[in-house]
Amino acid sequence: MNPIWPGAVVVAAVTLLSATSPALAHGWAGERFFPATILTDDPFVADEISLPQVSLQPPAPDASQLTNIEIDLSKRITPSTGIVIGDEWQRLRAPGVSSVGGLGPLRTMGQYQLFIDGPHQALGLLGLNVTWGHTGRAAVGAPNFTTLSPTFDFGKGFGDIPRSLTFLRPFAITGNLGFDFPTQATTAGVPNPNNFSYGFAFEYSFPYLECCVKDIGLRPPFNQLILLVEVAFTTSISRAPANQTTGTIQPGIIWAGPYFQIGAEAIIPANRLTGHGYGGVVQLHFYLDDIFPRSIGRPISEWW
Amino acid sequence: MRRIIVALVTAVVGCGVALAVRAHAFLDHASPAVGSSVPTAPSVVTLWFTQDLEPAFSSVTVTNEAGQRVDLGNAQIPSGSPAQLLIALKPLPPGTYLVSWHVVSVDTHPTEGTFTFEVGRG
Repeated sequence: MNPIWPGAVVVAAVTLLSATSPALAHGWAGERFFPATILTDDPFVADEISLPQVSLQPPAPDASQLTNIEIDLSKRITPSTGIVIGDEWQRLRAPGVSSVGGLGPLRTMGQYQLFIDGPHQALGLLGLNVTWGHTGRAAVGAPNFTTLSPTFDFGKGFGDIPRSLTFLRPFAITGNLGFDFPTQATTAGVPNPNNFSYGFAFEYSFPYLECCVKDIGLRPPFNQLILLVEVAFTTSISRAPANQTTGTIQPGIIWAGPYFQIGAEAIIPANRLTGHGYGGVVQLHFYLDDIFPRSIGRPISEWW
Repeated sequence: MRRIIVALVTAVVGCGVALAVRAHAFLDHASPAVGSSVPTAPSVVTLWFTQDLEPAFSSVTVTNEAGQRVDLGNAQIPSGSPAQLLIALKPLPPGTYLVSWHVVSVDTHPTEGTFTFEVGRG
């Protein structure tokens, strides 16, 4: 036998097994599908891309207003580890001043899927966000220092509560708990505080209602809608006066199709320190594992 | 910037369409309907999915309130209907029945789900 054959057979067998073994999915815990949320981090590793996410932030207390065009790429390295890379182009407008535009800071995140509990529709993920200094334009607020942000992200669907509570079972919640640690204590004499960040997404899933609770006759596109309210807050825990909390409340809707989802949310400042008025955000988000199920949509460890 | 974004979106969508993509199989609808009450016992449960299924990895069971199987164990994907899964049932007395399905779409994505239907209580 030609010596190349044993190797070829092994490669062929591995390729075949790789192609026929069920692929791990994005945003699933048992029968619960979790969409990618806009404001809060997702509690699952994934092969997805937000392309783009466009937001008009509410006016800040100083009346300046920021427009963002953002791209985020999530990629699984192995079935339980992943990375996220994101950046944004920003345009800052302020009264009496010419508007300025430029790239925001580069953001990366390393992720580890801590658990997926299918029967209880629960997910847990550990992450380390890094916002890199000197990677964006200072005029639009990009920092000249790096910030490290360890996070715990979680998700829980309520499909496992008693079936008699029919219309409560489509509810789900996802959330983030994390800290921000700037690697530089001050910038030009202004303190860079350590922060506690927390956010939640409260979701009501019509797909889950239709598939697993009660068919009330919804048809596309209405049976693919997820109503949600997202909230996220950041509180300074050092190097800043007490009660320095900012945050937003973002009610919205997500339509989740087979290959992509579209989301839109209003942005409402949670307090005067955050801003005033209203803003909005829309997102087009592709599921790479569904679009490219046998190639780049798989974890990198399964490419060979 | 706008041109770049339009180009990127077009490229991604174009690649997806060009690859004749498939995705996770969601339950589209079922007979008996999810969460429904039917006056007479059905002889078969039929599930329609949004994607074609992989027969070797797709199954469905039906159990009564005591957790006992009431299906005939002959889950099948009818020829010519690759997105459909059905299973025949034993004669069902009035009661609540749990349908549990687990399928793999032809692109290897697994999904699963459960729902109940009632017989003779509607």
